[in-house]
Amino acid sequence: MLTALVLLVIGLPLAYWLSFSRWRWKFLVESVVALPLVLPPTVLGFYILVAIGPHSPLGRFYTSLVGHPLPFTFEGLLFASILYSLPFAVQPFATAFDQVERRLIEASWTLGVSRVKTFFKLIIPLSVAGVVTGLVLSFAHTLGEFGVVLMVGGNIEGETRTVSIDIYDEVQALNYAGAAKTALFLLAISYGVLLAVYAINRKVWALWPQK
Amino acid sequence: MASEMIVDITKFFPGRMTIDARFTQTLEPPTVLILFGPSGAGKTTVLRCLAGLEWPERGHIACWEETWLDTASGVRLPPQQRAIGYMAQEYALFPTHSVAGNIAYGLGSLTADERQRRVVEVLTLLQLQGVEKLRPAQLSGGQQQRVALARAIARHPRLLLLDEPLSALDVPTRSKLRGELRTLLKQLAIPSVVVTHDWEEALALGDQMAVISEGRVLQVGTPQDVFSRPLNAEVARVVGVETVVQGRIIESSNGLATVEVAGTKLVALAVEGSGPDVFVCIRAEDVVLETVGVGTTSARNHLVGMVREVSSLGALVRVGIDCGFSLSAMVTRSALDELHLAPGAPVVAAIKAGAVHLVPRRDGMATVTA
Repeated sequence: MLTALVLLVIGLPLAYWLSFSRWRWKFLVESVVALPLVLPPTVLGFYILVAIGPHSPLGRFYTSLVGHPLPFTFEGLLFASILYSLPFAVQPFATAFDQVERRLIEASWTLGVSRVKTFFKLIIPLSVAGVVTGLVLSFAHTLGEFGVVLMVGGNIEGETRTVSIDIYDEVQALNYAGAAKTALFLLAISYGVLLAVYAINRKVWALWPQK
Repeated sequence: MASEMIVDITKFFPGRMTIDARFTQTLEPPTVLILFGPSGAGKTTVLRCLAGLEWPERGHIACWEETWLDTASGVRLPPQQRAIGYMAQEYALFPTHSVAGNIAYGLGSLTADERQRRVVEVLTLLQLQGVEKLRPAQLSGGQQQRVALARAIARHPRLLLLDEPLSALDVPTRSKLRGELRTLLKQLAIPSVVVTHDWEEALALGDQMAVISEGRVLQVGTPQDVFSRPLNAEVARVVGVETVVQGRIIESSNGLATVEVAGTKLVALAVEGSGPDVFVCIRAEDVVLETVGVGTTSARNHLVGMVREVSSLGALVRVGIDCGFSLSAMVTRSALDELHLAPGAPVVAAIKAGAVHLVPRRDGMATVTA
């Protein structure tokens, strides 16, 4: 849930930039954002672990700031899942922004409304479905994350043990009944989330007539 | 303060024509400047540069001695700071906002009370009372056009920029709203720039007119001047109406109107909602020349006159005739020879009533609204 919120804060400006920038090298950034989609979770997890470990500049900086290293803590897990779920948030955002007609945005500018205000007053309301989709997808994706979490978070009870890892543990301990319960719980949530996404994107239920 | 608009811009489009527009225009209200030209001529680009939505590679734009754009010194005033009212071709109304919400959209700096008052004011001015709670998609084309106009003027802009304000409407609505727009522009007295490819619109709305073709400004002048005295063959081709004279409707019945032009009476199709003062417009192709003394034809107008000048335009010849006012006719070279048309020769010009177009004149409307 926290991941989804942080992604909202990071993802919206990033998606805005991806959608509206005319920079010729934009595709470089686009492919980096999409990288977690194709990379095996262990590869990503490995690099994140190295990047935030106590020997890297980033890890040292964090340690000096907070007093303990980042890996195998909840914060470290949060950082990893943000990177891992970034495309699931940014791509629906950017797609929604792409569909906002540029002349509407121009009309807003000529009415004296700044770019930032135009974003909140016009672009967000026009892409509400995409923003919600991105949020829900990244939330669901984070929930079901396994590989990266195992690499970066370890498996510390109450701190970095996630639901999906819990299932794995239960199966290893031959506690099938426990695993089944948790798995059903995850299945129900995932299905519910996807129901919500598809329902929101049904134009029939849109809040205003769309062209 | 010099109330002037100075535009001198060059914009390149790879693989297409280059926009290279230069003109100076007074901003002493009320002036309506028409940017006239065929589609694809670059009128909209010039307007968008004025709005700050498009940035030319090279150029200078200044209004009221305030620099809006100067590529040499790197000045680029964003659209938000130009105090303009801009209306895009398809209106670009916000589907997420109601009519009132659209109009109030740019009034963020006012208090809620002031904003409400201004919205009601503008709604009343444009006769939009009763639809303020509807969404744009629920409105007719004419209503949408008025909402867009209302939104553009709500902030009291210093300059109004309208891109083809009437072209998205069906023909009957268009001619009705043309009259309304003329009255409104007169009432508002905000300097305006209106893009159009419709010569009736240009005549009805414009005080000044700039003819644009292939990215270049060919001629600037009053609409009547430009139409009746095109600077060169290219302007003549672009505007397409050679004779534009002032006339007065003296009688109107059965859908036909009798107009008096410099002592000569002409029969034309009547126009709705016009005062007695009109521009009488006749295209040169619609004028048939006959020798004096031929019997009746189906054409309603037979004007006796004298050939003033003959100028060749390839296979066709343009004949200038004095029949109380000056009239242009286009005939083939062989017809010219058969009729023995030479300067000084007497001639009869026949024009069907349907080919005599009447466009209500601004001056006439001004006295009505004042």
